Amino acid sequence: MSEPDHPSVVGQNRVVGLVIDAVLCAVSLMMLLPLVFLISNAFKTPPELLAWPPTIIPHQPTLENIVSVMRETPLFRWIGNSLIFATLSTASIVSTSAIAGYVLGKFDLPGIPVIFGIIIATAVVPFEVYMIPLYLNVQSAGLLNTWPGLLVGYLIMSFGIFLVRQYVMTSIPDELLEAARVDGAGEGWIFLRIVLPLMRGPLGALAVLAFFQAWTAFAWPLVVMTNKDTYTLEVGLALFQTGFTVDIGHLSAAAALALVPSALFFSLMRRNFVRGVAASGLKE
Amino acid sequence: MRTTPKWLFPVLALLPVLGLYGCIRVYPIIETLRLSFFQWNIISRRKPFVGFANFIELASDPLFLEAIFNTTIIAFSVVAITIPVALALAALINSRQGLRHSGVYEASVFLPHVVSLVPAAMAWKWIFDARLGPLNALIGLVGIPAQSWLFDPVLSLVCLIVLCSWQAIGYAVLIFLVGLKNVPDALYEAARLDGASSLQAFRYIAVPLLKPVMLYVSVITLISSYNIYAQAFVLASDVQGAPGHLVRVLVLDMLENSFRNYRVGYAAAEAVVLLVIVLILTGAQFRLFRDRSRA
Repeated sequence: MSEPDHPSVVGQNRVVGLVIDAVLCAVSLMMLLPLVFLISNAFKTPPELLAWPPTIIPHQPTLENIVSVMRETPLFRWIGNSLIFATLSTASIVSTSAIAGYVLGKFDLPGIPVIFGIIIATAVVPFEVYMIPLYLNVQSAGLLNTWPGLLVGYLIMSFGIFLVRQYVMTSIPDELLEAARVDGAGEGWIFLRIVLPLMRGPLGALAVLAFFQAWTAFAWPLVVMTNKDTYTLEVGLALFQTGFTVDIGHLSAAAALALVPSALFFSLMRRNFVRGVAASGLKE
Repeated sequence: MRTTPKWLFPVLALLPVLGLYGCIRVYPIIETLRLSFFQWNIISRRKPFVGFANFIELASDPLFLEAIFNTTIIAFSVVAITIPVALALAALINSRQGLRHSGVYEASVFLPHVVSLVPAAMAWKWIFDARLGPLNALIGLVGIPAQSWLFDPVLSLVCLIVLCSWQAIGYAVLIFLVGLKNVPDALYEAARLDGASSLQAFRYIAVPLLKPVMLYVSVITLISSYNIYAQAFVLASDVQGAPGHLVRVLVLDMLENSFRNYRVGYAAAEAVVLLVIVLILTGAQFRLFRDRSRA
């Protein structure tokens, strides 16, 4: 077992430190290996794909897989669809959470606790539970295979409202708002010019979470967008790999093209993933 | 001067959001509950009320029972693997905090969590592949015969558990790291002065303080594992005409009943069962939290 020393404790045993580093390096490598292989397979020729041991750096790297995947599938179209979907969903979630979180945190009207209670209660219910009635509504409204139909499932996020409300209550002083009111500022102006700029931190964290949620959505886009040109990236890939004639090289090429940009973006943004959770749930 | 009443802004600001909540959250949730008491095939005008008949049928439906069994096994196995592994990793990473390369560990452990589900599942599918996969070749080196990982009913369950744990660990590590940083230094100092080893300090100081965080992460992981679908979909779908063994999970069974068998009321009843499971898990978490704060 290890020696979990605290950072403030200086003079940590060097040998122990090196052992810990070795263990962590091995674990990091194991976590990354499936993805490394996926990317490397994308550049391999069919015979090299069968080779044992599997090579990490292809001996004869080829772009053939990538070229033919781009010819066979509307991959860039799917990436575009996913980008539009995730961006619109993020915009909607951030703006609804900002306004609702602010009002629920700073205004004292009868009924506000009940409203907040309902919003939090629905947060417990997984999307899959109410997906079918939502689908039936979208269908009867004639919105299958349309942007509004796809977005309907991803316009609001209870956690976002909770996060903003928490932040507004603890970090935005009432006196600040009162002072602006005394100066004759309107409520809309106060929200847009004073409150919104102060909420940049939590809204940034929320935006990353919302974008990630939409980017990785699967079941909902699968049932709502049934036309090859309207697939999101996840759905397009999942259905592409069910094809009979598709080989591992092509699959890996498609998956690698889909994976690399988003994986880089989200791992750079990993602080934002924590900030949301650390700011709210853990303080209970 | 000011003529607008005080309540006008909050009411106007909240109304659109509440409207959305009503239409795309509250109404579909209530509709799920309602539909679970009806028999309906989507097309027909006839939608007879059947009381608890859907639930009674579920109780003896072999496919549903298989789904709930599989999903439960997966969810609890993922938690049993993720929590201890992530705790150990977080402790190790925390001990190297402040060094230049510690961010690399954090990022590489976290990466699988943020990789899209489908490409990640495709990467693992190749690893598990019976003919081409490196896993079989690897176990062959130590004399274990090749297994058809994705075709065997038990092994395909194992594959799903491995895939889901691989994805869940990064999130747990990140949250545990936040928890570990919140442990006051003074407690470690005190333990050190009392002659405790760092391992003892971790065991008797950090772990008890982290218990609420561990509970939180466990419940989050359990709930999200009960909702898995994409991973099962990808691992089971066929490559070159060879479909893998379909690990029936709850969401998959529900979607199949609704969109393939056109039994919407029946699928809604399954959704209600899923909801009840999630509510029980959440309730248990709150209860445990309260017991702790009282103690």
